[in-house]
Amino acid sequence: MLELRNIRKTFHKGDQSVVAVDDVSLDIKNGDILGLVGESGCGKSTLSRIIMQLLMPDSGSVRLAGTDLTSLPRHKIRRHRLDFQMVFQDPYASLNPRLTIFSTLSEAIQQRHPKLKGEPLRKRVGELLETVGLAADQMQRYPHEFSGGQRQRIAIARALAPEPRIIIADEPVSALDVSIQSQILNLLRKLQRELGLTMLFVSHDLAVVRYLADKICVMYQGKIVESGDAEEVFTNPQEEYTQKLLSAVPILPTAD
Amino acid sequence: MPPLLDIKNLKVHFHTRNGVVKAVDDVSIKVEQGEIAGIVGESGSGKSVTAYSLLGLIPMPPGRIEGGSAIFQGTDLLKLNERELNQYRGRKISMIFQDPMTSLNPYLKVSSQLVEPLAIHENITGKKALHRAIEALESVGIDDAATRIHSYPHEFSGGMRQRVMIAMALITKPDLLIADEPTTALDVTVQKQVLDVIRTLQKDTGTSVIFITHDLAVVHEMCDTVNLLYAGRDVESASASQLIQNPLHAYTRGLYRSNPSNHAKGSDLHTIPGLPPNLAKLGPGCAFRPRNTIGDPSLCLTDQTPELIEHSPRHFVQNCPGCLAKS
Repeated sequence: MLELRNIRKTFHKGDQSVVAVDDVSLDIKNGDILGLVGESGCGKSTLSRIIMQLLMPDSGSVRLAGTDLTSLPRHKIRRHRLDFQMVFQDPYASLNPRLTIFSTLSEAIQQRHPKLKGEPLRKRVGELLETVGLAADQMQRYPHEFSGGQRQRIAIARALAPEPRIIIADEPVSALDVSIQSQILNLLRKLQRELGLTMLFVSHDLAVVRYLADKICVMYQGKIVESGDAEEVFTNPQEEYTQKLLSAVPILPTAD
Repeated sequence: MPPLLDIKNLKVHFHTRNGVVKAVDDVSIKVEQGEIAGIVGESGSGKSVTAYSLLGLIPMPPGRIEGGSAIFQGTDLLKLNERELNQYRGRKISMIFQDPMTSLNPYLKVSSQLVEPLAIHENITGKKALHRAIEALESVGIDDAATRIHSYPHEFSGGMRQRVMIAMALITKPDLLIADEPTTALDVTVQKQVLDVIRTLQKDTGTSVIFITHDLAVVHEMCDTVNLLYAGRDVESASASQLIQNPLHAYTRGLYRSNPSNHAKGSDLHTIPGLPPNLAKLGPGCAFRPRNTIGDPSLCLTDQTPELIEHSPRHFVQNCPGCLAKS
């Protein structure tokens, strides 16, 4: 589905340079959730911006369903951008406060279907809201009328609206309360099951990644130091850095 | 020996245009000498307001302390005026906050910020103060402290800034340290380092700590006792080991169950449905009833607010039959 090959990106400032992404290759299969794990500054955000085509890599290729995006001219990249959608950490900052939920979602739907108008459009917006567990009759409300967890649901609906091939979720539950986190995680799992969602899930919370992801890549100083089947990486980490990362996670003893 | 801090029936309400928000409505917490007491809850549960009211940090108005007491070494902190409180702030009780980016002054070198509490509270200035400050930085594990102390906050990373905050809070050797979500903004590996620093210093100096967090796993790594708040009230409190072995209240049980680390892959996570209640519109009765799915909501109190009872020695829980029921 998505193939990254030998991606490299260096940032220059004056005469200093930082290699943010250093020769990264990874694959996400159709319908899989790939967990990308690492500390701040490891290059995971740069990598997701390269996948989104918001940053051009210095070298390497991003292929989506066989098309090499890195070699496309700019105006064609725009069209492909619909195939990637993002869900961000902060649901308060990622929705336009002056647009109703209907406007936000219908705009996103029309990106893919410019001719969809009137009743069919309303119906589609309603369906999207129901997919993410909200009531269709809430579409005329504004973001401030919703709680953090509901807003994150709206942000997920917004990402689903243009029917993307892949969703990049950047710490989508880190800003949510504990009791709300599990609601959103269940939703993402349901969407993966029912819509065959393909997702890159970026997080520093290993417990969440372990629960959700099929495969895991551990990133450290711009490189992927370990990758593999999620359960395998957790129970039998090979690299020293992965072991260090795992041992830092506070463990909740099992209850009940 | 009496506890170092004994908060009893604390009530803090905010009088806003949208009505009275009962942010803290009957919270009682004991902090024993030399122990780490955890306060756990979601946003809006009243955990930070409880801590802020101890040091007179609640903006009044709109806030008002409606009742209760907080006896610290024989004195009721809630009855002190501003001048008297200044004898406690930063001297006997110190506080560290979630965001080390915003709680250090970006214009001042770390050295001048670290010696300030010494000048104010202990009249120590000059070389002697600087020396103490360097020691404090060393104690939180900052290498080359004698040079680093002359840096500005932006020259430190997030985890290092939080260490500077801890050094500043502990430089006057307070009896109580209030840590309000000190590691929430940090990465796991940095979080571990900061938690280790707090724990080591706590052991070495015998300082008591109030540790505020929403992360149950962190609580179990750090705390001796746990106080769980919901909608401005104590829901359950016990020693950390007792709470995990025998969680009684439906909210406590729900929180433990919804933690992803307790789940096999692919199984549905337990969820607590709905949202925490609006504290301006909370009527009498059990506040958790609408979200109670693992107890028996039909048995939840609706006419009166459930009282806190001592279920077994030192294990307190809200006495609501619906929330204590196991379905």
